[in-house]
Amino acid sequence: MSVPVLETHHIVRDYHVGRTLFAGGQVIHAVKDATLKVEKGKTLAIVGESGSGKSTLARILTLIDPPTSGELLIEGERVDIIKTGVSKQMRRKVQMVFQNPYGSLNPRQKIGDVLAEPLVINTDMPASERQDRAQQMLKKVGLAPEHFNRYPHMFSGGQRQRIAIARALMLNPSLLVLDEPVSALDLSVQAQILNLLADLQDEFQLTYVFISHDLSVVRYIADDVMVMYLGEVVEQGSREAVFADPQHSYTKTLFAATPRADVASIKARLARRAAEIA
Amino acid sequence: MPLLDIRNLTVSFDTSIGLFKAVEGIDLSVDAREVLAIVGESGSGKSVEMLAVMGLLPPSATVTADKLEFDGKDLLHMPPHEKRHIIGRDIAMIFQEPVASLNPCFTIGFQIEEVLRFHLGMDRKQRRARAIELLHQVGISDAEQRLHAFPHQMSGGQCQRVMIAMAIACKPKLLIADEPTTALDVTIQKQILDLLVGLQAQHGMALIMITHNIGVVAETADRVIVQYRGHKMEESDVLTLFEAPTSPYTRALLSALPDNATGDRLPTIGDFSAEPAI
Repeated sequence: MSVPVLETHHIVRDYHVGRTLFAGGQVIHAVKDATLKVEKGKTLAIVGESGSGKSTLARILTLIDPPTSGELLIEGERVDIIKTGVSKQMRRKVQMVFQNPYGSLNPRQKIGDVLAEPLVINTDMPASERQDRAQQMLKKVGLAPEHFNRYPHMFSGGQRQRIAIARALMLNPSLLVLDEPVSALDLSVQAQILNLLADLQDEFQLTYVFISHDLSVVRYIADDVMVMYLGEVVEQGSREAVFADPQHSYTKTLFAATPRADVASIKARLARRAAEIA
Repeated sequence: MPLLDIRNLTVSFDTSIGLFKAVEGIDLSVDAREVLAIVGESGSGKSVEMLAVMGLLPPSATVTADKLEFDGKDLLHMPPHEKRHIIGRDIAMIFQEPVASLNPCFTIGFQIEEVLRFHLGMDRKQRRARAIELLHQVGISDAEQRLHAFPHQMSGGQCQRVMIAMAIACKPKLLIADEPTTALDVTIQKQILDLLVGLQAQHGMALIMITHNIGVVAETADRVIVQYRGHKMEESDVLTLFEAPTSPYTRALLSALPDNATGDRLPTIGDFSAEPAI
């Protein structure tokens, strides 16, 4: 069996808040004991509401923040960013796409420069090659070559998210962490971006960690699902298992709260409503 | 006679590149005790037309209509000082960002009581009693203490409840909810939707639900208007819309729902490209 792209053992992250010179303050356990494993070419979805620790976990997985304790392995290699920092090779393996495509692009940077920047920082590639690579990537994510010299404000939300995905892919990463990549987008644009992610996954054998609170998107895109609640991993398993037979009460609450758009449940609601009025 | 009756509403904005029509020739009517959902993606004009009803558009907007009547009164040609006694009392509105729509400098008790003082002329004691009653109605348990809380001390869901309390304070005939749950978690969304629909039935209000979320439509509406780029695409009762949509745009929108995915790619709205012309 091949080595999983991403593996963690008992990741914990605590935050100390309100500490002053004289008082100890409080400890917030943002992530408690997260153990997970993602194989190559698969998608793990992390589901949870605000405050569940899913974004904190994402920051740990993308080597932005260190865990308080626990082990993080990327392609079988142990990473400890406090002791050894992040090497350029490691940075190339893991990339991230953020939720807000309006906030995650520099408004003063042209798209071509946005795409070339990861190469400038992490490789010794000459400028001409960088430009070629950026042009190719632009085409891959469904944008045109004439977009190369434009600024972020000239693009719609969906196009900006394409740019953010393109930037993340410039270094040929094996792992892409996507933090709510479609929740700021309209339904039709969401469908385009989800399709793009599926195409890219097929083409480059990408591994995704997909963070979302939208269960219908998760059900569509994920292979495995992990549900977090108040920092705790309350449920973990294959998509089929979790959706067919949720074990934890929070997962059940979450499913019950998700709006249903099928004809049968609309009929049921209208019948209930008619009964209430009568 | 419908409660709100709009014929041929057009809203245009004066921009540096000429006149931009955000809403063009919309007919719309709501009966008393009815839940109408207006669905559309960003740029469909769904919020703009309701802001036009409320008179909350900036001076750069021009509103024209053959008819804009609420409860038999012509809102379009009504002088502002008369309109002020209808807006906030007979028509109330709640907005997308609950935390941003409350004034951070005043306690929520003060803000609820301000509505009661202005529209109903209650004295201090009556106002206090009514504010507590309202907070209980919207499901805030420790109302007496909460009156002294500032918006930043409450969660997003709690703030939205306060907004709803303010909106229903004068027992409005029409409540307009502009994306009331977009900023909230699914579990909180469920609670807020249940609350809104419950209050609607209990008070016999008309409710206009502006949303881009098909699930929210399925869970709340009696009748639905689908809009795209300022034009009405379809109007039908909720069951017909989901069972047999007539407009191609609605069909495309419904098929872009990940819930309805059949293959391994989502259908996208090709004929109705959402990318703006650059």
